[in-house]
Amino acid sequence: MNATSQLKFRDPVLGRALGDKLNSVVAELGRSPVSVMHVCGSHEQAIARFGLRSAFPRELDVVMGPGCPVCITDVPEVDEGVALALQGVRVCTYGDMLRVPGTVKSLADVRGDGARIEVVYGIDQAIALARETTEEVVFFATGFETTAVATAAALLAGVPKNFSVLSAHKYIPPVMEIVAEMPGTRIEGFLAAGHAAVITGSGVFEDFVKAHRIPVVVAGFEPLDILAALVRLVELVRDRTPEVVNMFPRCVSREGNRVAQEQLWKVFTPVGGRWRGIAHVPNGNLRLKEEWSAFDARRRFTIDVSRLWDYAPPKLLGQCICGEIMSGSRGPKDCPLFGKECVPENPVGACMVSTEGTCRIWHQYGGHLDLRGVS
Amino acid sequence: MNPIPSLHKRDLQIAMRHGGGGRAMRMLIEEVFMRGASDLPVDGVGLAAMDDGAALRIGDQYLIVTTDSHVIHPLFFPGGDIGRLSIAGTVNDLAMMGATKLLGLTCAVILEEGLSREVLERVQASMQATCREVGVPIVTGDTKVMGKGELDALVINTTGVALTSRVVRDNGLRVGDRVIVTGTVGDHGLAVMATRNKLQLAGELKSDVAPLFDLVQRVLAVGGESIVAMKDPTRGGVASALHEMAGKAGVGMLVSEADVPVSEAARAASELLGIDPLHVANEGKALIGVRPEAAERVLAAIREHPLGRDAAIIGTAIAEPKGKLVLDTGFGRRLLAEPEGEPLPRIC
Repeated sequence: MNATSQLKFRDPVLGRALGDKLNSVVAELGRSPVSVMHVCGSHEQAIARFGLRSAFPRELDVVMGPGCPVCITDVPEVDEGVALALQGVRVCTYGDMLRVPGTVKSLADVRGDGARIEVVYGIDQAIALARETTEEVVFFATGFETTAVATAAALLAGVPKNFSVLSAHKYIPPVMEIVAEMPGTRIEGFLAAGHAAVITGSGVFEDFVKAHRIPVVVAGFEPLDILAALVRLVELVRDRTPEVVNMFPRCVSREGNRVAQEQLWKVFTPVGGRWRGIAHVPNGNLRLKEEWSAFDARRRFTIDVSRLWDYAPPKLLGQCICGEIMSGSRGPKDCPLFGKECVPENPVGACMVSTEGTCRIWHQYGGHLDLRGVS
Repeated sequence: MNPIPSLHKRDLQIAMRHGGGGRAMRMLIEEVFMRGASDLPVDGVGLAAMDDGAALRIGDQYLIVTTDSHVIHPLFFPGGDIGRLSIAGTVNDLAMMGATKLLGLTCAVILEEGLSREVLERVQASMQATCREVGVPIVTGDTKVMGKGELDALVINTTGVALTSRVVRDNGLRVGDRVIVTGTVGDHGLAVMATRNKLQLAGELKSDVAPLFDLVQRVLAVGGESIVAMKDPTRGGVASALHEMAGKAGVGMLVSEADVPVSEAARAASELLGIDPLHVANEGKALIGVRPEAAERVLAAIREHPLGRDAAIIGTAIAEPKGKLVLDTGFGRRLLAEPEGEPLPRIC
C-alpha cells in the first residue's frame, strides 16, 4: 500500500539495525559528545524528515554545516539581484531565493513593488523565457557544484543574446577547510554531500583529509544511506584513520563526472568571497570567466546597489545567529528569534527562508527534532 | 513549544497563505472574523467552534448549514473540475457534521467578462451530474459578472443545508481513540500541482474529488455513537485537519507514516515536488475519529464502499504532547508540524 516502505533504501528494519550498530560504535568510543558535521541541506532535510535524530545515540552530535546554498548567498549578492530587478530587467531565480532578505529588500518585496521576478525550476526555463522576448532576462544563479554545472552546460549549449547570468554559485570543498580551521572546532568528521560528489568525485576530498587528518564519508540521501555513512564515519573516528570513504558508490566515483567538471571549469573560475554569516571563503565563489563576459550580468549591466542602502538595516537582524548556526557552533534553539519573530512566512535570517535552511527545516518539522523522551 | 506569533507587520495585507487552510488562515479567521462572533448566542454549533459547518437546533433536530467558495486553477483538472468540486466540497462539509438528510444547495457564481459560454455550460453539467450522484438539488442561486482581469474566470459559492438528530463535531477525540482515513491522501492537490507544472508522471495521478455523503451514512450506521469526530482533510491536508482535531480535543496524536495510504503516482509526484502528501489537499477523503473497540468494524465497513477501498487506521489519540502530532517514520519519530498554508495556492 505505502510505496515508501517498499523502497530499498527506506527499509525500516534495516534502518533499525543500522541504528543499533551506530549506537554500539559510538559506545565503543566511550566519550561524549562525538561531533560530526554534514554540509548539505538535503542531509538535514532527510534527517529531519525521517526522524533520524531520535534514533541517534545521545553521545553523537550530528551538526549541520553551511550546506544550504540559499542561506549562504551573501546580502550584497541578493542586493545585486534586487537592484537589477528594480532597473527593469526580468530576473529569474529559484523560488527559495525570493524571500531571502537583502540589505533592505528581498526579491519578493520588489516583486510586490512591481519589479518582474520569475520563479523557475531551472536555468532551462529562464532561457526559454528569454527566447520568447527581446527584453533582457537575467538568471540569478545560486547553488553549489550541482547547479553550477547545469548553468555551465546551458551556457556552453548556447543561449540567446538577451540572456545573462548573475552568478552566486558556491563551491563546497573550500568551506570545509574554513570549518576545520575554526578556532575551537570540535568537528571530528564530515559527511560529504553525495550529489555534489557525483560531479567532483570523492577524490576531491583527499587533500583535505591529508591536511587536516579528519575523515570524510560521502553519503547519499536516503535514510539508510545516512545511517550507514554515519556508522562508517564514527568507525573512522574511533580507529583514528582519517580517510575518504565513498558510501554512495551507486552514484559517486573517485574521479567524478569528468565531462561535467570540464564544463564547470570552462565557464567558471573560483574566486574568494563572503558566505553569508560564515566568513570570507577563499575560492568559495564561482564567477563567470572573462571569456563569458557577454553573458555575465555583472559586466553587462551597471548594477547600482547603492540606492538600496538608504535605509537602516532592520533591528532584529542584529539578534540573528544564522552565521553561528551554519558554522555549527550553535543550533536554532539557541536563537532568541527562532519560532517567534523569525518564522518562515516572515524570516529574519536566511536559514529560515530556504527549504534547505536549518531553521526552516527545524520549524517545518515542529522545531523539536529529538523525540527520544516521548513515549 | 513555539509560541504562536501574532499578526506580523506584513500581515497588514492579505497574502496567498491566508487562504491555504493552515495556521495562517486559522489565525486570520480568529483575529478578524471571530471578533465579536460570540456576542450573539447560537443554539447549537456556531462560528466560534470553527467546525466544518454550523448546526442550528430546530426542535429535536439540527439544521446543518455550511458554505464554501470555490476557486481553482485550472478549472478542469485530471479527475474533476470546479463544478464537481463545488458540489462535493459543500456536501462533504455537511456530511462531516453528521448530516443524515440533505435538503438542498445554493449556487452563486461570479463570472469574468470574456468567459466562454461553452466552459460555463460544461461546469454546470458537471455540477448537475454530481448533484444527481448525491441526490441533492440546487434550490436557489445568483449570477454576477465582473470585468476582465478582476477575477480569474469563475468563482462558485455553494451553501448547503441538511438535517441530523446527532451532530458529529471535530473535537470529540479521547485518549485511545483511533483515526481512520477513508483512502489515499494527497491526490487532489498533487494532481492539480502536477497539471500546473506539466509533470509527466508514470501511473495515473488524479484528483479524488467526490461526494462522501453515502460513505459517511454507512460509517454512521455501523459506528453509531462510537463515531466521535469527523473532518475532511481539504486545504492543509491531513496534517492540518489532525492538528485541529487534536488541538480542539486536548489530546496528542501518534501517526504511523507507514500506515498512511498514498497512491504510487501521488508518492512519485510528492517526491519530485518535495511536498509531503500529508500537507496536501484532498477533496474526497474523510478523517473519522472512532472509539477503539469499534475501529476495526468501522474500517471494514468503509472498505466495502467504492470510495473507501484504501481506508486505513493511521493514528491514535495520546495524552501527551497535547495538540501535537507525533509521526512515527519507521526510523524514528518527529513532530508533524501544522502547515503554515497550502504549499500551492488556489486549489479548491
